[in-house]
Amino acid sequence: MLRRALLSPPVLISLIVVVVASTLPLYVSGYVLGLLTIAYYFGVFSMAWDLLFGFANEVNFGPSFLIGLGAYTAGILDSLYQPPIALCVAAGVAAAMIGGLVLALPALRVRGPYFGLTTLVAVLILQNFVVVAASLTGGEIGLTVPDVISIDDKVNYWIALGFMAVSGAILYGLSRSPVGLILEASGQDPVQAGALGFNVVKHKLAAFLVSAFFSGLAGALMAFYLGAASVGTFIDVTVGVQVIIGAVIGGRRTILGAALGAVFLVALGETLRPLGDLATFIVSAVALFVVLFFPAGLLGMVKGVREAT
Amino acid sequence: MSARAPKLEVEGLQKRFGGLTAVRDVSFSIQAGEILGLIGPNGSGKSTVMKSILGVERPDAGSVRVDGREVAGWPPHRIARLGVGMVFQHSRPLYRQTVIENIILGLLPDRLMHLLPLAATDARARAIAERVGLAGVLNRRPSTLPFADLRKMEIAKAIARDPQVVLIDEPFAGLTARETASFAALIAEMRADGRAVLIVDHNVKSISALVDRIYAMHVGERIAEGTVEEVMANPTVRKVYLGGALETAARPETAFGDAQTPFLEIDNLNVVYGKAQALENVSLHVHQGEFVAIVGLNGAGKTTLFNAVSGLVPYAGDIRRQGRTLRGRTAATIARDGVVQSPEGRELFGAMTVSENLDMGGHRLPDNVRAERREWLFDLFPVLKERRSQTAATLSGGEQQMLTIARALMMKPDLLILDEPTLGLAPVIMEQISKALARLRQSTEMTVLLGEQNVTFALPHADRVYVLEHGRIAWEGDPSRFAAEAGARYL
Repeated sequence: MLRRALLSPPVLISLIVVVVASTLPLYVSGYVLGLLTIAYYFGVFSMAWDLLFGFANEVNFGPSFLIGLGAYTAGILDSLYQPPIALCVAAGVAAAMIGGLVLALPALRVRGPYFGLTTLVAVLILQNFVVVAASLTGGEIGLTVPDVISIDDKVNYWIALGFMAVSGAILYGLSRSPVGLILEASGQDPVQAGALGFNVVKHKLAAFLVSAFFSGLAGALMAFYLGAASVGTFIDVTVGVQVIIGAVIGGRRTILGAALGAVFLVALGETLRPLGDLATFIVSAVALFVVLFFPAGLLGMVKGVREAT
Repeated sequence: MSARAPKLEVEGLQKRFGGLTAVRDVSFSIQAGEILGLIGPNGSGKSTVMKSILGVERPDAGSVRVDGREVAGWPPHRIARLGVGMVFQHSRPLYRQTVIENIILGLLPDRLMHLLPLAATDARARAIAERVGLAGVLNRRPSTLPFADLRKMEIAKAIARDPQVVLIDEPFAGLTARETASFAALIAEMRADGRAVLIVDHNVKSISALVDRIYAMHVGERIAEGTVEEVMANPTVRKVYLGGALETAARPETAFGDAQTPFLEIDNLNVVYGKAQALENVSLHVHQGEFVAIVGLNGAGKTTLFNAVSGLVPYAGDIRRQGRTLRGRTAATIARDGVVQSPEGRELFGAMTVSENLDMGGHRLPDNVRAERREWLFDLFPVLKERRSQTAATLSGGEQQMLTIARALMMKPDLLILDEPTLGLAPVIMEQISKALARLRQSTEMTVLLGEQNVTFALPHADRVYVLEHGRIAWEGDPSRFAAEAGARYL
């Protein structure tokens, strides 16, 4: 099962795409590299989200809660004490996972749409906290993160690409592993999964923690790339919406499609930027079109064509 | 533990939902290598008993012991690991995975760090698939399988963990006679393997060849227990399923004036859902002013038949009202023209009051007619008048059913379709609805098509009866001949 999954077309194509992408710094501008660096971090956000939506069947409206916890914890620690960057990032990951646990434990007990609402409220609380505790967080102006991982565009680009590739490999492998199978069954028919002997809450909680781990890690790394953190880039509901749309456009239950969708969305938004506010409108319209007419997403369309033939 | 200790023991089980006691003092036990049939009509509490054993419902009192260990109140996954497997009637398999992967799922340990598949698991899954007869379809996806194979896959998943106790919910629903035989053989094999098997079903007949003993329930309580013959001969069981001495008041078919072109004619109706044939060549007719009962068990096709008449499902064949075909007309126009359904699921507007629900039914009537009609319905169902400003969601089940019928009547139907009006209701409520139907029959010209599995309720009202079985008309005739000719199917 696993060997077949590892040699499957999506994996091989992804490998080729990553190899080609790693050569981009040799011939594209710094501007494009910067854009793609951000896009790759969003790719990780979306993949981490798809693990919850596609497999655990839980709609987490608060991906930016986990991302924001990672980014701000790492950033604040750095601005206060300047410990090694690795330590700041580790603290960011820990904060995202603890926050995720605190959120998911009670939220997974409520049924249906209430899980989603709980996660949405968590985003608003975090956003307000950042604004209120301005002396610590920089408030609405934003937080300056004094250290950066590197000042070299190319290095930053390779770090982001490598990070996305490794995260994607782990998340995809997880989704195809035996535990991934149990998680998918728990999401699809929790009563039957329970009757087969699986502790559904345990598996969903674990999925939430894995999702929090990658969201927090990507958030912290992105903060160190930008050298700043603000509500608008990490926590705002619109950030969460972009993560979600990226995953849905790419294709539910595909993990790799989520990265594709997120990169596509960031690139499209940037390409259309000269159009001003119209750009947001077009991006939203494309997203709506895909969700309405191709609910399986970009990768789902490709797979659908292949399975039909 | 002695070898004769039962594998599953249920003692004094009780479960309440709010004010309703769904299960009261149910006790039985099953030995290794024994099949017990748990039967009861809809609403008898048999599913609640099953869910309580499985841990999906937490019993309020009583005990459930698996192999001597008390498990009442445990979560499902712990009970499952102790050796209880379940074959679900409706389940959602993993549609993106293959059959073999679905079976492998049943074999996986409940551990988070189980990241690599084991060759041994794969081999065991193949062996199980071979046993249940799925060897030829291992690499297909569930959505491409025929229905019977999907059920076999559920059996494979349930026995994957080698459970000592197996619960099976309505094993033969939706299967053809031949599929039923091969399915029964699989269940008999479980008994031969020394498992304790509990089969939950509606009636004795469908499982009589398979079970060693029967435990019969009605409104949450035990009514009989023993061998198939004993239970079928039990007077209480006969009364619950067939009614006592049935009083019928049928008018002869010749009493209706439209013999040439009956009010409603259905010719060779066929309805297919995906792979399942829900209705097969069903033909029937209903005269103007006639009261016709369609009797059939769950899944026989009653609701599908009514939905076809109401224009809610696509069909082959023809349905004519007063000689004109209903094909091609929308559900809304069919209903507006007076063919009105009181649906099984009630589908009330829960957040609206009783009066508002009625007004929704009568929204096309002029104000004075609507008010008059409402008063007439309040007279027919006095409890609705008391509850008029209460929201529908807060009504009891019986009151909701009355409101559903009343809302349909607000539309001034020529043909009223009643789909299982007694579903899950207490006997005293059935009595009230029965009286209301008797009044409708005497005081109006309305044509009524009543779908029921509760024969006792349906027959006294009916002029004629059709029996629907596996999507086909199995019997038709006068209600007075029903008990003698078709009654045995309902035990």
